[in-house]
Amino acid sequence: MTDPKRTPLYDLHVELGGKMVDFAGWEMPVQYPLGIMGEHKQCRERAAVFDVSHMGQVILRGENVGEKLEALCPQAYATLKEGKARYGFFTNADGGIMDDLIVSNAGDHYFVVVNAALRHQDIPHMQANLDGVEVIEIFDRALVAVQGPAAENVVGELCPAARDLKFMETTVADINGVECRISRLGYTGEDGYEISIPEEKAVEVTRAFLAHEDCEAAGLGARDSLRLEAGLCLYGNDIDQSTSPIEASLGWAIQKRRKEEGGFPGADRVQKELADGASRKLVGIRPEGRAPARHGVEIQSSQGNTIGQITSGGFGPTVGGPVAMGYVAAGHGEPGEVVNLIIRGKPQPAQIVALPFVIQNYKR
Amino acid sequence: MATYYSDEHEWLTVEGDTATLGITKHAAEQLGDVVFVEQQEAGDEFEKGGEIGVIESVKAASELYAPVDGEIVEVNEALVDNPGSLNDDPEGEAWIYKIKIADASQLEDLMDLDGYKALIG
Repeated sequence: MTDPKRTPLYDLHVELGGKMVDFAGWEMPVQYPLGIMGEHKQCRERAAVFDVSHMGQVILRGENVGEKLEALCPQAYATLKEGKARYGFFTNADGGIMDDLIVSNAGDHYFVVVNAALRHQDIPHMQANLDGVEVIEIFDRALVAVQGPAAENVVGELCPAARDLKFMETTVADINGVECRISRLGYTGEDGYEISIPEEKAVEVTRAFLAHEDCEAAGLGARDSLRLEAGLCLYGNDIDQSTSPIEASLGWAIQKRRKEEGGFPGADRVQKELADGASRKLVGIRPEGRAPARHGVEIQSSQGNTIGQITSGGFGPTVGGPVAMGYVAAGHGEPGEVVNLIIRGKPQPAQIVALPFVIQNYKR
Repeated sequence: MATYYSDEHEWLTVEGDTATLGITKHAAEQLGDVVFVEQQEAGDEFEKGGEIGVIESVKAASELYAPVDGEIVEVNEALVDNPGSLNDDPEGEAWIYKIKIADASQLEDLMDLDGYKALIG
């Protein structure tokens, strides 16, 4: 075991009373004194700042990078316009998901953000398979997410250009005299930004956000409950090498041309599942009682047959009760279907519901 | 009336052969926001070290273990609708059970307040 790594904001987390835990080899704040529930509500109602510097930031330089990415991902990156970002994933030869990512067309290069735990896989994967493309992993920049309905004011008061961005748009602009990459996106279901900041200025810029009366720091705990309520998949829980994008209900993230033409790893399976349906699919689940149903809980039909498993679950502070996502076998999973969740050996009634659990508040 | 503490971060206030049982402030702080409490029923008997309930916070599920042998005589039903009271007043209103102690000699294995303070540092 190597010692966990620290982001440029480590000292600030400690100063703010962050409870530090090991996450994917990084020492990260799971919560601050406000607590997960309070931080979650802060983000839904005002604005919250999250350190996501553990995620991998990568620059791709070369000719026709977008086209070349299409050989690894089922997304239409060849036609991604300059200044736009798009959610996607690497697929494997069996049509499973290797990792999910965000790709931005930054004009003279592409900017990619991948999961912390999979940097060691994704960087060599791109280096080996993107012929003639320079793959540069960035180690000297922090990544900070400002999320929530007040995020536009928190960031916009320091950087008016941020107000002009729409959802999934990206630009470079100064914040407090520091040149940052600002992208209007996130993983909480709220409006907001992810901002890539030179490491030596990361604390200063983050403090400037926190100085806003509507903004507080939030940790990984709130980030998880926020993304779960927003119906967003967590890699390693809800999606992995065995789950296809169609099973994971991520068909919306594959553009029409790519669905038709294929040409990405595992396209046979994805196209077959698009035509015939998948053998299982990811659905939203709302337990009827108060007991949270967590990762690994068995899902049974009302007749008592095992039909699947919970992949993410917990308490949804905005929903005000337990929420979960899980896979159910084909033939099940219509919203309204009543199922049983086997929690500590006892069946607890629950209902299949449409995702997300909360309305997504993006600035389109 | 004396209060004892277990290394599982429970408190036990004893009066004769009955006691009120709950979790300590320190435990509640470590758990974070409590969202659900699964309690057993009055009349259920248990052995020291046995599982007598589950407390779920936003973060995770934590089992509650019996500090002594005994029987549940009363359940704090208020926790069902207000699990968050375990964060607000864990050593007062948010008690979990009233129990009957089967073997008072087991109390000697528990800590007093000074011992517990030393444990949690």
